[in-house]
Amino acid sequence: MKFVKTALSTLGVVMCMASVQAAEITGAGATFPFPVYSKWSEAFKDKTDIGVNYQSIGSSGGIKQIKAKTVDFGATDAPLKADEVEKEGMVQFPAVIGGVVGIVNIEGIKPGDIKMSGDLMAQIFLGNISKWNDKQIQEMNPGLKLPDAPITVVHRADGSGTTFTFTEYLSKVSPEWKDKVGAGAAVKWLAATSVGGKGNEGVAANVSRVKNSIGYVEYAYSKKNKLAHINLKNKDGQIVAPDDLTFAAAAAGTDWSKFPAMAASLTDAAGAKSWPITTATFILMYKQPTNKTASADTLKFFEFGFSKQGQKLATDLDYVPLPDATTEFIRKSVWSQINLK
Amino acid sequence: MTASTLNPLEQSNNNQLKRLKIQRWQDYLFEKATLLFATTTLLALLGIIISLIISAWPALSTFGISFFYTIEWDIINSEFGGMIAIFGTLVTALIAILLAVPLSFGIAVFLTEICPKQLRRPLGTAVELLAAVPSIIYGMFGLFIFAPLFAEYVQPVLAATLGQLPLLGILFTGAFNGIGILAAGLILAMMILPFIASVMRDVFEIVPPILKESAYGLGCTTWEVVTRIVLPYTKGGVVGGIMLGLGRALGETMAVTFVIGNAHKLSPSLFSPGNSIASTLANEFGEAEPGLHYSSLFALGLALFIITFVVLSLAKWMLIRAEAKKGMQS
Repeated sequence: MKFVKTALSTLGVVMCMASVQAAEITGAGATFPFPVYSKWSEAFKDKTDIGVNYQSIGSSGGIKQIKAKTVDFGATDAPLKADEVEKEGMVQFPAVIGGVVGIVNIEGIKPGDIKMSGDLMAQIFLGNISKWNDKQIQEMNPGLKLPDAPITVVHRADGSGTTFTFTEYLSKVSPEWKDKVGAGAAVKWLAATSVGGKGNEGVAANVSRVKNSIGYVEYAYSKKNKLAHINLKNKDGQIVAPDDLTFAAAAAGTDWSKFPAMAASLTDAAGAKSWPITTATFILMYKQPTNKTASADTLKFFEFGFSKQGQKLATDLDYVPLPDATTEFIRKSVWSQINLK
Repeated sequence: MTASTLNPLEQSNNNQLKRLKIQRWQDYLFEKATLLFATTTLLALLGIIISLIISAWPALSTFGISFFYTIEWDIINSEFGGMIAIFGTLVTALIAILLAVPLSFGIAVFLTEICPKQLRRPLGTAVELLAAVPSIIYGMFGLFIFAPLFAEYVQPVLAATLGQLPLLGILFTGAFNGIGILAAGLILAMMILPFIASVMRDVFEIVPPILKESAYGLGCTTWEVVTRIVLPYTKGGVVGGIMLGLGRALGETMAVTFVIGNAHKLSPSLFSPGNSIASTLANEFGEAEPGLHYSSLFALGLALFIITFVVLSLAKWMLIRAEAKKGMQS
């Protein structure tokens, strides 16, 4: 009797495990949206009992994994080029919007105290301006007491979508940057004193430890660590502070449907309120998926992310949800290409 | 009739033969199994070398031998050279050795010659426990506690004193970041210290007491006993211990990645951030695209493999020589 009971309960456990395993989707890629994807997957699991296993291994890793078909979706910050998406038989769509901010560690300077233009930032990261009390920085910040100290540039030591967004912006605003460095997930840092940190958290840690340093991180990391962010002059010549409103403003002017594979760049966007270093993070999926149930579940997952509840979760983490017109376009013109039958 | 009388004897003989046969088989199988286990490690080593060479080949064939002394490391334009990383690896390891060897020597001499008996055990255990601290702890300690203090109090002093010297001064110039080649060397010194100290203590202990006592009897000071008797007697073992420490310093990854600064720059100043082979690999493998970048990272790995292999072989050889000497004397 006892034996039968044990056997039955074991069978029950095994069956439960099997059913859990069946309803799990896997994704891999960018670290930048990892906080919001994990929040979404938690709420999604409560609602539908479908688990989402997202590995934040970096954008290039995400592209590699989806090409190797080991995951149901890949995530990347730098959009894949339209012809490559087409060639691989994939679709690409943005999932959420976020911002990159410059941060400094100077004694007595609080978040938002210091202002810069994109070109000035490029000059500092190029090493052309090497002291904080340089005339060009002082001119933009009259009344701010800046020390006579050498600037230490902090950058990412690993390849990263955040670096891609940041260098893409600098390439747009500074011809010298475009010429000497360019845009990429990992670039050559020219400033004489530069330090690399691993991951957004590595850069934040270095900036908070090294005096008179400047670096760049995803906005949530600067907010979480209470680092002094830099307010930037945007394309319209307005000084703006980074927050969800200015990120949303940068995305507002973009008609995603006009870009092949939705590969729109949001950096240096026009508009008086636009934050200049805004980016979307993208999802890659196959048009002819091998595991159709998993792909259908993946679409359900992002449908949840686009829902009111998902949008609220994203806003709480300082990400900006996609505009309704864009999500409508994704549903009608992108997801419809995926063959689920 | 005879058969029946012979039968029990034959049977027991047969039984014994059977047992012997089984035992022989067991022995044979046991021998072959252990041989198999032992050769697996050799095969794994060979496999690693071969796969390193295969993966590194595209980079080595593109850049040739100049890969090992080219400074350029430009991912966007696909130009790679290992000089910065190799330089960083060698210099940080050298700083670590320069600092750790005299300290370890002091510790070992104190523990074997001077230390009161009741202190010997706790102190010796403390040194060994230092070796058990995981390297990530050293890295966190280095970045969050050591580096800010180093930048605030040590670097300005070094720049004001040693930095003013002709020629040598250039080593101690630049911004006071707290992180960089020198900081990495210091943290490494702390990490390899227990290894070197405990090997030194062990070899100092094998010096026959009669030698030391005769020297003391002749009126030698402790210093004279250590430099004239103990050190010459244990030369090989001491050098072997240093080499073991050096091997660890060369390959250390996590702690170095935290404090070296991870900048692909070659600078004469020890204050400036740099990169070691291990830290470059730790930082860049995750995001390396297949192609020259990927292959160049493997080529760096191969370089590190060769460097540590040479160092460890030298260490092994010296330790073996020291052991042989010990065997001869006793």
